[in-house]
Amino acid sequence: MSILIDQHTKVICQGFTGKQGSFHAQHALDYGTKLLAGVTPGRGGSEHLGLPVFNTVQQAYAATQADASVIYVPPFFAADAILEAVDAGIKLIVCITEGIPVLHMLRVKAAMTGSDALLIGPNCPGIITPNACKIGIMPGSIHFPGSIGIVSRSGTLTYEAVHQTTQQGLGQSTCVGIGGDPIHGMNFIDVISRLQADEQTQGIIMVGEIGGSEEEEAAAYIQAHVTKPVVAYITGLTAPAGKRMGHAGAIVTGGKGTAEGKVTALQAAGVEVVSSPSMMGVAMQELLVSRKV
Amino acid sequence: MNIHEFQAKQLFRDYQIPVPESVVANSASSALAAAQTLAGDSWAIKAQVHAGGRGKVGGVKIAKTLDDAEAMATQMLGQSLVTKQTGTAGLPINLVLVEKTYPIKREFYLSLLVERQTERLCFIASAAGGMDIEDVAADSPEKMMSVPIHPAAGLQPYQCRQVAFALGLQGEQIKSLQRLMTGMLQLFLDKDASQIEINPLVEVESGELFALDAKINFDDNALALHQDIVALRDTTQEDAKENTAKQFDLNYITLEGNIGCMVNGAGLAMATMDLVKLKGGTPANFLDVGGGTTIEKVTEAFKLIVSDKKVKAVLVNIFGGIVQCDVIARGILGALEQIQLDLPVIVRLEGTHAEEGRALLDNVAPNIIAADNLDAAAEQAVALAGGAV
Repeated sequence: MSILIDQHTKVICQGFTGKQGSFHAQHALDYGTKLLAGVTPGRGGSEHLGLPVFNTVQQAYAATQADASVIYVPPFFAADAILEAVDAGIKLIVCITEGIPVLHMLRVKAAMTGSDALLIGPNCPGIITPNACKIGIMPGSIHFPGSIGIVSRSGTLTYEAVHQTTQQGLGQSTCVGIGGDPIHGMNFIDVISRLQADEQTQGIIMVGEIGGSEEEEAAAYIQAHVTKPVVAYITGLTAPAGKRMGHAGAIVTGGKGTAEGKVTALQAAGVEVVSSPSMMGVAMQELLVSRKV
Repeated sequence: MNIHEFQAKQLFRDYQIPVPESVVANSASSALAAAQTLAGDSWAIKAQVHAGGRGKVGGVKIAKTLDDAEAMATQMLGQSLVTKQTGTAGLPINLVLVEKTYPIKREFYLSLLVERQTERLCFIASAAGGMDIEDVAADSPEKMMSVPIHPAAGLQPYQCRQVAFALGLQGEQIKSLQRLMTGMLQLFLDKDASQIEINPLVEVESGELFALDAKINFDDNALALHQDIVALRDTTQEDAKENTAKQFDLNYITLEGNIGCMVNGAGLAMATMDLVKLKGGTPANFLDVGGGTTIEKVTEAFKLIVSDKKVKAVLVNIFGGIVQCDVIARGILGALEQIQLDLPVIVRLEGTHAEEGRALLDNVAPNIIAADNLDAAAEQAVALAGGAV
């Protein structure tokens, strides 16, 4: 098994006919994702990439009963798109868009209170279960079905972890990019708890970075609830305080959210924290071997 | 984005947040005229720079005479102010704020920010104002109070009363604080701020409350919605290279070291800096060329990196995903055609079309070195740059 998505997951795409939406939707189709329809307001009734286009998510959902929606709309329209998907009854919403104002996301999160829809992102690469379903912008070719679950705040560092676990012959169960924004959907604990419960997953790699306290909260959760081996890598040890390091959420303010604090918390929880990003795959392999002995 | 104190105070006035009377001046004579206009018998002369910690390094002075006011403005204007929040070069003082002074009874701290953990806007208040609030939070967290705002209910009067009583305010002051907090929240929401800080908020002899200092940061992601705020930008207070980078849609931050870094992805860019440090070197910059990069962007990124004269070696670290490594390699070759580059360039290409990319860079020039893996690349860059700075 995998978590959240598998080969049966039915997907629609919001912002389908735009440049980004078209490009990544084509890649998803090539990968074998069950992408069934797209949504672009005003383009309903037409066809794009051989799939039907609808005016609203509600119409697309009625026609497809989609399980998931992926969002490629520009930043100022993304909050609206997320809430439209929630309202239509989509249960897994993956928002790739980068640059959404924080106040927009605060409103989205407040409006989602009480809803059972899950949000991944925004400002993330998406989610993939290798050889089954790819929702997002990650390169499908580096993935290989296997036993390691990966959860990360960074896109390219997820790819590093994927590449290394593929090289080690471990492969991946499901990889989730939770995104680099300060206010976002699923967090480390939301993903790690599912990976812990997933039979296919034998080990978990988490990639964190400076800013916020989600790594520290994950450390406490892991200590209390996770029996599978966990390898972590935390970036931003050399980032100057008060500067946003590319990601809107990667910032140390008022002495809080430092890499040192996160590393210490994770180590105290028994997590294997690697100091180099090139060590994630090797460390996981060694941990799995040592646990078996 | 940051703005100056005098600009923040103008926004405060627009939102009925009480501030002392003040006039901004760009010359000693206009500072003198400002003091005369404000009347009174003493004035604060405040350097306008985008950094806190001004008071401790002579950026805020009290003039007891008009001559003093003029002399202090003369002394500050045209100089650079180095505070613990600026780099070693400091920030240029092009303007001073001349402000009326009041006999102060008490100093408080009040700010409004986005609290990530609760996903709420949150007021932070403390009776220990006027000092470094990070120290207060670290040494005596019990002196800090936090008031989260429910997104639907908004700021409630009881929450303002909680803060007012905690600060020891009474009578009319409680209503004043409520108006002030209501104004702060409205300003925050209207302009997509990311933080509003009043340190100190003061109670003067008459019992009135004033925002003696004012600091507002804005959410960069929302700036395109607020041209009035964008108009307040002062590029003299910003890093020139970082601004050049923005024009080309590159994410660049100047650092103090000697190894230039060019990376795709913010996380990997930070990881590359950390790795350079781990191998005993120091990074000269953070640079994310982004996902949809082009030959032009790679060229500009290279120009930017080598325009920093401290740089002794360049480390290129690319994990090709949707962006293919051979495209990056062609970008590097394109850049080398346009700029004379004698520095060693260590290139690590991995992921999509990595081999094609490496082949393109093979035997191009002796200073272009392909590395097999990330650790080796960082080690080589550190060695060629001559170790740590």
